[in-house]
Amino acid sequence: MSTGTRRLELEEVGDVTVAKFTDKKILDEGNIQIIGNQLFALIEEGRQKIVLDFSNVEYLSSAALGKLITMDKKVKAAKGKLRLCAIRPDIYEVFAITKLNKLFDMKDNLEAALQGL
Amino acid sequence: MAQLVQFDIWIPNDTAEARDVQERIIGLMEQNAWPMRDCFGVRLSLEEALVNAIKHGNRMDPDKKVYVACELTDDEVKVVIEDQGDGFKVEGVPDPTDDENLEKPSGRGIMLIRSFMTGFRYNDKGNQLTMSKKLGVVNEE
Repeated sequence: MSTGTRRLELEEVGDVTVAKFTDKKILDEGNIQIIGNQLFALIEEGRQKIVLDFSNVEYLSSAALGKLITMDKKVKAAKGKLRLCAIRPDIYEVFAITKLNKLFDMKDNLEAALQGL
Repeated sequence: MAQLVQFDIWIPNDTAEARDVQERIIGLMEQNAWPMRDCFGVRLSLEEALVNAIKHGNRMDPDKKVYVACELTDDEVKVVIEDQGDGFKVEGVPDPTDDENLEKPSGRGIMLIRSFMTGFRYNDKGNQLTMSKKLGVVNEE
């Protein structure tokens, strides 16, 4: 179950759920755990199309990448779709170095992420 | 290559304490007008290295400590991080970008440190990491 402060701002756009991270830094293990729970809850609630908006995020660690990978697996298992958007260049580099840009469906901005999802 | 700041400290085996040291080092870099891109890479590397020391090295043992030494010159930041664990062989860590590892949720920290820092070396025991970053130098893939 998700507990603690809400780390995601949710917005419904048609049949898509847009989840915007409210933290600038996704580093702390405790926060990452809470964010993970809140992300996983979206799938458990039956949401099929999810866009994760990174426009607020300035830092993230490999522990956060781990949660995103688990999230991606859960979405795929539920036959849903997940997109990531508005990732700033420094953070995109983290995805590129670890080749996770191949695993995730990533778009430049929210408009592009909502198109054809 | 003028030395600007040098300090070393033993911290409790706690990620909040580690983050304070991280902030101290990044704060020193920012005060000395290091580019944001360099600060980003060093912050990420400190996070990964300190979490590795606390979680994997010291295995979250509250009785253990982590040693951090930092030296900042006008064109390089060097950090030594040592835990009180048994050490590990860095060459034994699987490549997280291999197809069979790509979807595993962990194992990316060391790769990120290697990519963002310009110098990276573990001691023979594998419990002490020395990493450094040259001002404005980007590693080529």
